[in-house]
Amino acid sequence: MTGQPPVPAPNAPLEAAGSPPARLGGAVLERRRRTVAYLLLTPGGIFLALAFILPLALITYTSLKSGGLLSGGGFTFTWEFANYTDGLEQYSVFYLRAITYAGIATIACILLSYPMAYWIAFYGGRWKSTLFFLILVPFFVSFVVRTVQWKFILGDNGLLFGPLKDLGLLPDDFRVLATPVAVVAGMTYNFLPFTALPLYVALERIDRGLIEAAKDLYATRFQAFRKVVLPLTIPGIFAAVILTFVPATGDFVNSSVLGGPSTTVIGQIIQTKFLTEFRYPEAAALSVMLMLGMLVIALIYARILGTEDDTLAAGAGL
Amino acid sequence: MSAFPAGATEAGAAPPPTERKRRRKLTSFILPVFTGLMILYLASPVFLMVLYSFNDLAGERQIPRFTCCTLDWWRQMSEIVPLNQAVRTSIVVAIPSALVATLLGTLIGLVLGRYRFSGRAVTNFVIFLAIAIPEIVLGSALLSMFVELEFPLGTPDFLPLSILLSHIGFSIAFVAILVRARVQGLDRSLENAAQDLFATPQVAFFKVTLPLILPGILGGFLLAFVLSLDDFVITTFVNGQTNTFPTWVFGTARLGIPPQVNVWGTILFLAGISLAALNLVGAFRNSRRAKRA
Repeated sequence: MTGQPPVPAPNAPLEAAGSPPARLGGAVLERRRRTVAYLLLTPGGIFLALAFILPLALITYTSLKSGGLLSGGGFTFTWEFANYTDGLEQYSVFYLRAITYAGIATIACILLSYPMAYWIAFYGGRWKSTLFFLILVPFFVSFVVRTVQWKFILGDNGLLFGPLKDLGLLPDDFRVLATPVAVVAGMTYNFLPFTALPLYVALERIDRGLIEAAKDLYATRFQAFRKVVLPLTIPGIFAAVILTFVPATGDFVNSSVLGGPSTTVIGQIIQTKFLTEFRYPEAAALSVMLMLGMLVIALIYARILGTEDDTLAAGAGL
Repeated sequence: MSAFPAGATEAGAAPPPTERKRRRKLTSFILPVFTGLMILYLASPVFLMVLYSFNDLAGERQIPRFTCCTLDWWRQMSEIVPLNQAVRTSIVVAIPSALVATLLGTLIGLVLGRYRFSGRAVTNFVIFLAIAIPEIVLGSALLSMFVELEFPLGTPDFLPLSILLSHIGFSIAFVAILVRARVQGLDRSLENAAQDLFATPQVAFFKVTLPLILPGILGGFLLAFVLSLDDFVITTFVNGQTNTFPTWVFGTARLGIPPQVNVWGTILFLAGISLAALNLVGAFRNSRRAKRA
């Protein structure tokens, strides 16, 4: 890289790719670049429109229909807002339960993964990438298979409690499976890497000099953590919430596999209505309401941190 | 966990000796042990799955009691016909899904990472939403669309299109985000240098930019492949009568899973891990070569 730089150093990462302003007229180049951008974007854009935006539009359309598939006649579009009001009235308890479970699981995920991410980011040394990879190992086994294995660990006479009961350390009627504890534990397990990765990225990119500076200014270790490290990892915590709380709220696998009748969450209601009762409009309305709730959280996140933060990319890049 | 060089990166002013001792204890003992336990915790169901594929049991369903050891389930891994078909469907869908999603997602990521154009913010936001949306919402929305358009669910048997289209749809955003991050991390001066050496923009792209973002693209492919292979929630809405591996397992979970599930799970796990390891080794070689150059 001894060559003379005739082009002024690229001032922003988003500046035109290798566009030496001296060689071509700025306006012409600008137009050509924009055309290229749109051309490259078109195929994926069309696909996303068809497989993401159109479905969301059509589920909203379905949610305003009335009628029944089984009673004959099928569904007709009638601006049936009652699907929403009735749904909310009838099923608010299941929304609340889902939010509660997901909230507790998210907090547990953050508490468990923060120390781990902290240690790997600051003290992992040359083992960093190996440790990081080990966190990802579970992802190579289907989520459903892993959750089913938890059933064997948490079962009434399973791997964890069976031996304890044999030793008389736990009463015979002690159970975790089919209780909210099992569901929250399952969610915590399943979503933990989605919390750990953004936290890790947020911790990893902290400039160590800042901590030294805090110490030079007589901050104790704890103060340096609380006033420097913690605030700088807030984007990671936000990303963790987006990637953990939001999917956990809609989750129905943990509750179906590990829970019981008393742990039914909104995801199970939506799934049953769609797939076994075929009450599409009602189910669609419940799903749209879940989407709107989650959209609010996503919008708050996007408003504060934008849509291009590294920590989110890391979590999404699982 | 003593293998980890604790405090390797620790540097700083000397605190009073007692505090220093406490700090040592936290970073050289408590935190590494905790991290090790967490990794074991994360891996425990994987470990159980592998172990139970060798469980010598009388019945045909997995039970908590483990009796060592038998190869019967590995020998009879293809005894359960619907399970074989489900595994086959998973793989047959995952390959084209990952290929198409990687191609389309890479283009989007490339554009978002290096061009400024009106509509960029909207595209970024859609990609963000596609990742932030709960799977159940997307799954039920896709079902609504297929029903509304009278698109057949889960057919044809050999490559169920409703599943394939859905998988491509949700994988694109993940690939795009990975590639975008890679492109934004690029050193622009390399491409500029190539053009100063009279490379056309096309040549500069294929000789300089593409090799640099290739690990991101391969990572995106791997991610899309694993996402498709593992997906349960979206698939269960759009699969009709056709099962993939996860939907078949979920269907039998209530009755108890046959040990063959663990055998297939282990095979898919090993395949995925090997692909990832190859990718990691490739990326490592690349970065070494880049450093040497």
